[in-house]
Amino acid sequence: MSHQIRVGTRKGFFTFEREGAGWRQASSDFLGVPVPMFHQDKRDGAIYVAAEHEHFGTKLHRMREGESEWVELDPPVYPEKPDDAPVILDPWRKVEVPWSLKKVWSLESGGADRPGVLWCGTIPGGLFKSADHGESWELVRSLWDRSERAKWSGGGYDFPGIHSICVHPENSDIISVGVSCGGVWRTCDGGLSWEQSAHGMRYDFVPEEQGGADPESQDPHRIVQCQGDPKRFWSQHHCFIYRSDDEGKSWREFSEVAPSAFGFAVAVHPQEPDTAWFVPAKKDEHRYPVDGKFVVTRTRDGGESFEALDEGLPSDLAYDLVYRHALSVDDTGNCLVMGSTTGSLWVSEDQGDSWSKLTSHLPPVYCVAFSR
Amino acid sequence: MPKISFSPNISSHVDVGDCDVEGDTVRSVLDSVFAFSPRLRGYLLDDNGITRKHIAVIVNSKPVEDRDELSDPVSERDEIFVMQALSGG
Repeated sequence: MSHQIRVGTRKGFFTFEREGAGWRQASSDFLGVPVPMFHQDKRDGAIYVAAEHEHFGTKLHRMREGESEWVELDPPVYPEKPDDAPVILDPWRKVEVPWSLKKVWSLESGGADRPGVLWCGTIPGGLFKSADHGESWELVRSLWDRSERAKWSGGGYDFPGIHSICVHPENSDIISVGVSCGGVWRTCDGGLSWEQSAHGMRYDFVPEEQGGADPESQDPHRIVQCQGDPKRFWSQHHCFIYRSDDEGKSWREFSEVAPSAFGFAVAVHPQEPDTAWFVPAKKDEHRYPVDGKFVVTRTRDGGESFEALDEGLPSDLAYDLVYRHALSVDDTGNCLVMGSTTGSLWVSEDQGDSWSKLTSHLPPVYCVAFSR
Repeated sequence: MPKISFSPNISSHVDVGDCDVEGDTVRSVLDSVFAFSPRLRGYLLDDNGITRKHIAVIVNSKPVEDRDELSDPVSERDEIFVMQALSGG
């Protein structure tokens, strides 16, 4: 059972701890500073926090297990654009995609057999690797230099970004990354080479002959991999829910999901690949709970059916949106934590059957996770 | 030598205070400071060496003309002040 919850918000980084039958806020860090991403490395317990200072840019901080002070590390920095590198424009706005860090959007550990290796996904679309616990970072040019990047575009942000990094639990060389909007990219050689794998995804509002099913332009809002059955992926896409049974190489669509197949967040049970959770919203530019009724949807049968869960969630009209990193499941698969744009934080300890509200007064929540 | 100083907000993140350093442009003065305070660079300039959007640089009470490259000339008796621009929400 998890005893600690970490929360990255628009105005800082918060820790909640179990106290008796409930939870209490135990600490706050980086107050006033947006924290779009954090990561606890399960291999050594170190916590990494991206602090996105509005004046001074993104900084990276680390606290090792047993320590009580944050250490500032050099954040990922894009190299100077070589003169012979092509200028890539956002395909819609025709604005040059900069070689410059805009946001740290994902942080993951590099596998049990790769101590010290970390991966970092960013806006405007660069993937970075660290081999020394975040002390230094290198842009993964094998992905950044792919010509298909010219088809990537920004989703909710001005430029594209890597929001999901899934390291195969049995082979650290196999990694899938989700890009909004640039599909799903997969490497089998630790990042030396990459292939597009968003095959099967599509937009419902773009005709196929106009590129609606082009994998290079897909917007998988989030992808997650089942740790106990790594063949199984789930994705909450901009239009539909998708499932993959072949390690994320192809995707099966689920469109008939009440109250909506649109949303941002998805979590998969760590041992039961058929069990996954989503937080639906009214598609696609509105982004609030359908009819103001805030629910979590869950499938237990691999997407053949979905149930809407609402016990303990607002019974009145509510307009909470849950961002892509703001729903998380613990290693047991029993506990879920969820934070919303309106600053609410809920926990479920029965796989989503019921929820308890910890607070409704946080800043807008960007990311959540149980801490070991 | 030109004098350069920083708003308390910046100094709260990076240990840097008032100093007199070599340089004949705003940028070269800053480079002199970066030489002994390398972390300051990432707070004021982005990956491309361009002044961050919400950083303001003043020379003798006037905003610099060249915000991006900071090529504004400075003389021995000029005073440079670096601060966070007004922004937020």
